[in-house]
Amino acid sequence: MEVSEHLFRHEWGRLVAALTRIFGAHNLALAEDVAQEAFCRAVEVWGYRGMPSNPQAWLMMTAKNCALDVLRRERTARTFGPELHRYMLSEWTVTPMVETLFTEEAVKDDLLRMMFSCCERQLTEESQLALILNILCGFGVDEIAAAFLGGHAGTEKRITRAKHTLSEAGRSFNVESHADFAARLPTVLRALYLIFNEGYHGASKKAVIRTELCREAMRLAAMLLDHPAGATPEAYALSALMCLNAARLRGRVDALGELQTLENQDRSSWDQALIAEGLGLLGRSASGASVSQYHIEAAIAACHTTASDPAETDWSKVVQLYDALTSIASSPVVSLNRAIAIAQVEGAERGLAEIAAITNRERLAAYPFYHAAMGELEFRCKRHVEARQHFRAAVSVARNPAEKGFLERRERACGEFTQG
Amino acid sequence: MSEFTFLFRGRKHFDSPDEAQKNMQQWMAWFKELGAAGHLKDPGHPLEARGKVVRGSQKLVTDGPYAEAKDVVGGYIIVEARDLAHAAELSKGCPILGVGGSVEIRPIQTL
Repeated sequence: MEVSEHLFRHEWGRLVAALTRIFGAHNLALAEDVAQEAFCRAVEVWGYRGMPSNPQAWLMMTAKNCALDVLRRERTARTFGPELHRYMLSEWTVTPMVETLFTEEAVKDDLLRMMFSCCERQLTEESQLALILNILCGFGVDEIAAAFLGGHAGTEKRITRAKHTLSEAGRSFNVESHADFAARLPTVLRALYLIFNEGYHGASKKAVIRTELCREAMRLAAMLLDHPAGATPEAYALSALMCLNAARLRGRVDALGELQTLENQDRSSWDQALIAEGLGLLGRSASGASVSQYHIEAAIAACHTTASDPAETDWSKVVQLYDALTSIASSPVVSLNRAIAIAQVEGAERGLAEIAAITNRERLAAYPFYHAAMGELEFRCKRHVEARQHFRAAVSVARNPAEKGFLERRERACGEFTQG
Repeated sequence: MSEFTFLFRGRKHFDSPDEAQKNMQQWMAWFKELGAAGHLKDPGHPLEARGKVVRGSQKLVTDGPYAEAKDVVGGYIIVEARDLAHAAELSKGCPILGVGGSVEIRPIQTL
């Protein structure tokens, strides 16, 4: 039977979320131990007997049985979830209780509860991302370290501390409270957005890890939309943005594995199904009163993905969208992208002037595409010496081998027009 | 051809679900390979870690075995091989070796 190579990883989040609901947030470590036990059994039994016909159900059932063993063995020694503890004490109620907690609907709630718990306010953004990836996505310490260019020890320490904070909080996030939910949702959306971006533009040297980060962010966003409380206009907009960007993932690298600019990408390699899904989601995001950063970014992505070639792109609309984005989420990177769009409409000189006028543009010094954008525009103005200097600066701050390779090629292209 | 029991020792704590899945797939592949080559006489059974130990003429029953994780037998199979050396060679493909475990090879006594 064909199964996803990440079956275990995806089921990990479901098991830990369900078990944490049963044992209580303060017993997160116990929940992880029991999930680990279920996976160890799967390795042994499946290794011997082959995969069961429904591996997901097998894992859930094994976790449920392990949980019942623990509840019976430790009910006098431990306190479990505060709201469920009394059901755990009697043999009459413990089995039916645990059965209901493992139904598909209950697990859906648990996943959302865990997602929101991981975005605990006391935690830094980095810790929130590490927790989500570790608990909900089943990434190991090494995989998380590779994604964020951290060391093993530092990453492990960060995750351990964050879990401690979660356990100390004592109770999981209450998804039923509308006020709490609405207050925490922006943090959750931001975390998913950052995970996606880390995959899309990230520093990890391993392209597979970056692709997986994008996929995981999309999977979590879909999980959020799958829940009635989570399906807000902002969540639809974020999902739309992810789909429209992910649709172009394959086109970003050519057959030789080299990064390609938006202009030079083979647009036939873009994933039309994802584009259609993204546009559909973007349509559904339009029901709210407010326009979020995700709405605008998704609309920009839609301008690019629906243009059959670069010249077809409605650049004036892109400029307008960047103007709108600047007014709600201004940052030097947004201003840079706006300048690039202006250059498409009003010419390279105008674009360079816009870049020169960016407030706090020194904050872009470590961003390779800041230098690359100036290089590109100088190149169009036929000032090849300056262009080359910019590309050289871009190479020196490239974040991964694909970026470095791409920027070096651009630098060489300038060299063909200059003496040195 | 002679028969040998392979005893697998060592229960592993996995560092990540991906690692666990890889290990599981290696087991499946190894069994398939042994079977295809006609070496797998009996696919045996995986064993649960918990159990009871009964000792002495008093027939004292205790929970156990509470050995170190690396010493607990996690499963067995019966392999057909030319001789002990050949059986040992066959055991080298066992995925438990990659995760800190061991294989004990014991010829089955024949009369």
